[in-house]
Amino acid sequence: MNQPSSQPATPDLLYSDVEDDLRSAVRGLLADRCPPTAVLARIESGTPYDLDLWRTLAAEIGIAGLLVPEELGGQGASAREAAVVLEELGGAVAPVPFLGSAVLATSALLAAPAAAGPLLKRLASGEATAALAVPLPTAPGAAFPGSVRVAADGTLSGRITGVADASAADVLVVPAVGPDGPGLYEIAADAPGVSIDVPVSLDLTRPIADLTLDAVAARLLVGPDSAADALRAALLAGAGLLASEQLGIAQWCLDETVRYLGERHQFGRPVGSFQSLKHRLADLWLEVVSARAAARNAADALASGSPDAAVAVAVAQAHCATTAVHAAEECVQLHGGIGMTWEHPAHLYLKRAKADEIALGTPGRHRAALAELVGLPA
Amino acid sequence: MTTEPAGTPDEEGLRHRVRALLSAHDPASTDRLAFLRARFDAGLAWVHYPQGLGGLGARRSLQGVVDAELAAAGAPENDPRRIGIGLGMAAPTVLTFGTDEQKARFLRPLWTGEEVWCQLFSEPGAGSDLASLGTRAVRDGDDWVVTGQKVWTSNAHNARWAILIARTDPDLPKHRGITYFVCDMTDPGVEVRPLRQITGEAEFNEVFLTGVRIPDAHRLGAVGDGWRVAQTTLMNERVAIGGASIPREGGMIGTVAATWRERPELRTPDLHDRLLRLWVDSEVSRLTAERVRQQLAAGAPGPEGSGLKLAFARLNQQISGLEVELLGEDGLRYGDWTMTRPETVDFFGRDAGYRYLRAKGNSIEGGTSEILRNIVSERVLGLPSEPRTDKDAAWKDLPR
Ligand SMILES: Cc1cc2nc3c(=O)[nH]c(=O)nc-3n(C[C@H](O)[C@H](O)[C@H](O)COP(=O)(O)OP(=O)(O)OC[C@H]3O[C@@H](n4cnc5c(N)ncnc54)[C@H](O)[C@@H]3O)c2cc1C
Repeated sequence: MNQPSSQPATPDLLYSDVEDDLRSAVRGLLADRCPPTAVLARIESGTPYDLDLWRTLAAEIGIAGLLVPEELGGQGASAREAAVVLEELGGAVAPVPFLGSAVLATSALLAAPAAAGPLLKRLASGEATAALAVPLPTAPGAAFPGSVRVAADGTLSGRITGVADASAADVLVVPAVGPDGPGLYEIAADAPGVSIDVPVSLDLTRPIADLTLDAVAARLLVGPDSAADALRAALLAGAGLLASEQLGIAQWCLDETVRYLGERHQFGRPVGSFQSLKHRLADLWLEVVSARAAARNAADALASGSPDAAVAVAVAQAHCATTAVHAAEECVQLHGGIGMTWEHPAHLYLKRAKADEIALGTPGRHRAALAELVGLPA
Repeated sequence: MTTEPAGTPDEEGLRHRVRALLSAHDPASTDRLAFLRARFDAGLAWVHYPQGLGGLGARRSLQGVVDAELAAAGAPENDPRRIGIGLGMAAPTVLTFGTDEQKARFLRPLWTGEEVWCQLFSEPGAGSDLASLGTRAVRDGDDWVVTGQKVWTSNAHNARWAILIARTDPDLPKHRGITYFVCDMTDPGVEVRPLRQITGEAEFNEVFLTGVRIPDAHRLGAVGDGWRVAQTTLMNERVAIGGASIPREGGMIGTVAATWRERPELRTPDLHDRLLRLWVDSEVSRLTAERVRQQLAAGAPGPEGSGLKLAFARLNQQISGLEVELLGEDGLRYGDWTMTRPETVDFFGRDAGYRYLRAKGNSIEGGTSEILRNIVSERVLGLPSEPRTDKDAAWKDLPR
């Protein structure tokens, strides 16, 4: 293990014009349809997800099928564009199932475009929404889950807890193990034998759900040869792109805090003129700027299928997860009392950031993965 | 037959010129200095500089193409670490504010390393608050007569020239009465005394200026405009310190990672956790620097640059601290405390203890980390400045 890690090709860390256009389209729609007041009003209602907004985003901008090839009705875009969308969705803590459906489930299905073609088409058009039925904390390197079994008659039974975006899904993509080995199966969320319990979630804008399957009719999408790889690829893409959502959260928290501290006066001057706060915000700014480089690097590596993708994703998660939490914590603290209220949206970002820190591998798990990947064993 | 490309050369045009240089001056048989001069004259020194001044007006990002081709051909280097202040600070300032004569006189020997430069900015009473400096320059015919004391002057003992800022009008507020000069370090009024550092050696000096005569022709920029000229120097200094392009594990993290791989007996869970955190931070900061370079190359410089030096200083300090701790008993030893007067900062040629001590200067030199945080919060984030009383009063009336 005396080899230093290999040198990656130089990534493109900037945004293309197409990506900038996509960003402004998403941002414009979110500003109109998803202001913090609207999110706050929705989260305690019976419909925490804004499926109208989701359908509009799918129909007008095509984000539901961003990663789906054009011949299957999608946009044929790459992880770079999906990352830009996630920055914006994170910046608005938008309650839409993009990560679960358009990133995690879609990436898993892309491993078997033939069998999964019809479903991918429905997802791309926004006609159906899917969720990948794994616990949200599952890290890219985790073992194939064995909690759902395939019976001899092809039905699925078992339990999967903590699944993101499942309560908004019509279709569940379920990793299950049968007599032939692991597979990814499609089931309808409303099929007989499926029960979806929605516990109270820390993150109000991306609630989790606990799934119980009892002899549910299923269709095999990805067979034993490639199911484990497909799941790993989906989790890697999810973790890498989550970094861009975390960047969006952090940038919102930084911008909002800077704005507030420039306005808020105490001791006869803007509190933003006190040096101890300025220095904290300068440090936070540097973290956010670095998060942007790390998140872009992960998106670019995923988009180009780079052999460096696993390292790039682990680096991005280890950094961006922490940055988002730090930014949200600073945002609450530096707003003082108002930051502690339900009325102010800061808590929505804090809850999302903290849940995202656990999602798809904690920073510590990603560092442990890096220890293997770059040859720095314990 | 290839034709000579017209106008601003692209990558192919540059390769063509490199080949022409190499065939006219075979590195194997050409004297080092003669080769470097020829390279400068061929416009391949810094390709983004103008024609006739070592460049071709090409895109800055194409420099790598030239450097790689020349390195592959075994061409001699200009030893950039020895002449960092000249390359990183004096040159961009001369280029931006110098007269045609000044550019023609100074840039070539600066780049070839024939003439080393140093920076006479800081004074005993003026460090972070550089604009309060008191070294006086008084006009006398075609000359200026300069008297005062400078301090922490790196490499003054090797320097032929200095960039110098001095007060030319004490009646104006402090930022407005400063003028920028090129000072001849061989002038009899210049006295350089070494200052020994915590590493044992004396990289920096104190410099006493007594009646030093500087021709007005060696003034850079207008009289009284020195603060603005100095901003160019300082911005370039910070990018030079924090913005170098490095491969993965190319900085200090590579040294400690190599020790980690070679010496499993030193490993503990706590050190492992900290090593991985710093590895991630180093990689992220490398990517951030890469992103800044891509923004510059795309012609859209971002504010990220001002943060790079902050990250660089923190990382160097934490990594070298970890390295000494990791080494255990070896960390108790130190290479050499002998007072020497080095020509370069050699982070990698020496031991961990040296790195640990020298890295302490990274958050002080070129603007302290506290000052950089002020700059980021005010100029990047737009936060209000602290109430100040020193900005509009005449310099001579300020408390000292
Ligand atoms: C290794 C090394 C090489 C150097 N080489 C050169 C050189 O070649 N040429 C040259 O001109 N100079 C050089 N310097 C000098 C360097 O630029 C100054 O040391 C630096 O600007 C700080 O000034 P000072 O030492 O007077 O510290 P001070 O300004 O007195 O600062 C003391 C402390 O107060 C803090 N502080 C000051 N003002 C503020 C504020 N407004 N807000 C918050 N904190 C503040 C500082 O951060 C610092 O921690 C070098 C320094 C070092 C360490």
